[in-house]
Amino acid sequence: MSAGLSASGLGFRYGAKEALKDVSFDIPKARFCALLGPNGAGKSTLFSLLTRLLVSRQGRIEMAGHDLGADPGKALAKLGVVFQQPTLDLDLSVRQNLRYFAALHGLSGAAVEIRITECLARLDMAERADERVRSLNGGHRRRTEIARSLLHDPEVLLLDEPTVGLDAATRATITEHVHALANQGLTVLWATHLTDEIRDTDHLLILHRGQIVADGAAADIRGERSLEDHFLNVTGANA
Amino acid sequence: MNPAIVVLRAIVAREFLRFIHQRERFIAALVRPLVWLLVFAAGFRAALGLSITPPYQTYITYEVYIVPGLCAMILLFNGMQSSLSLVYDREMGSMRLLLTSPFPRWWLLLSRLLASTTISILQVYTFLLIAGLFGITMEPWGYVLVFPSLVLGGVMLGALGLLLSSFIKQLENFAGVMNFVIFPMFFLSSALYPLWKMAESSTLLRDICAVNPFTHVVEMIRFSLYSDMNLAAFGWSFGWTVLLLGAAVWGYDPARGMARHR
Repeated sequence: MSAGLSASGLGFRYGAKEALKDVSFDIPKARFCALLGPNGAGKSTLFSLLTRLLVSRQGRIEMAGHDLGADPGKALAKLGVVFQQPTLDLDLSVRQNLRYFAALHGLSGAAVEIRITECLARLDMAERADERVRSLNGGHRRRTEIARSLLHDPEVLLLDEPTVGLDAATRATITEHVHALANQGLTVLWATHLTDEIRDTDHLLILHRGQIVADGAAADIRGERSLEDHFLNVTGANA
Repeated sequence: MNPAIVVLRAIVAREFLRFIHQRERFIAALVRPLVWLLVFAAGFRAALGLSITPPYQTYITYEVYIVPGLCAMILLFNGMQSSLSLVYDREMGSMRLLLTSPFPRWWLLLSRLLASTTISILQVYTFLLIAGLFGITMEPWGYVLVFPSLVLGGVMLGALGLLLSSFIKQLENFAGVMNFVIFPMFFLSSALYPLWKMAESSTLLRDICAVNPFTHVVEMIRFSLYSDMNLAAFGWSFGWTVLLLGAAVWGYDPARGMARHR
């Protein structure tokens, strides 16, 4: 057991359309794993299954040693999620927002205030704690979302295209921050369709038409080619 | 503090803060019943004669008659508006976030319902206060005794909204909810006219009104505003609440509901 994040034999269909076919992977603890796939590859469906917004009768998901199907409460308690969609209330301050999210995990009191300060500091956001979310720029809002996902001290962190709509510099900063989190012991699954966010040392999964078509170290998968070329080749986008 | 209570408190507090930031919504929600009370009822007063039926012990004016119905109207519109905001939340991600909390889903959804009911009840009391300023008053104890009825009615209509929201794919469909749920429920009830009056024109319509769950909420509120208890209305409302709540939780079951619609 890796105690990171693993899936075996996952399948899912929307009516007649098969969105995921026999998806299996195993991400060891404290690894940064990129999930690369073109639009429509099934990334969102996979995320919905991993966050239990959807449940499949096929396959099994294990999160920090807990079976998501059999023991969702314990598994979800170990999971932090950054959704593609914003979750922050624009009219509340950063701290008020984070307090609400901590409470959704049953946490309250003085310990939470300390934890909020810590999580914001980890993302260089400490001095913005009392600003209204509406006044923050896109990059800072994303960082707040990431700080939010860390409040309950999760062991596994899922991010669904967290850099969508951000400029290149901000994208680089956020990618850097999350790599640092993996180095500190978090298991990270980062969904993207942008190859420049992935490092050679990262674990890489390529999802295409609902199936995993590559699984391993990014450097090994791309070989001599650039990752972008390899990706386009595998997914047939340059054909 | 018990973690489940922490969750409930946070969800109610968030709804409350949202409500404070959207004062226009509060005013709009109050204007609707007040227009009915002060304009519609004034016009109808002359046209409609009301006889003495329980819980009333004397002749009453039409304005007095429709106050309980308008209280229920606030609960109905708020329950539906809350369902609208859930569809919006779902598109925005905050609903996803709520549902990835490790607490049981039924508790999260019930907390959300209690939060929106709290806001509805605040609006009902504000409405009753304004009605009082215009001289339309209830029994003094009625204002206290109506509270449990408002909670039950609010949760029931909120659960109906929640159930609908689990089947609505997009915001645009809300107009359909207005036409096919809110208006029929409101007009085919005892909110605006007593059932015996309805029977004079059509017994079929009267029968439809009599089984409409909204009628039971209206009557439950009407009786409790006069420190009286309508056991049948209370029982029906309770039954409907349990049924709708169960159906809403089922609608949000990850194995069949919500996210499966794409």
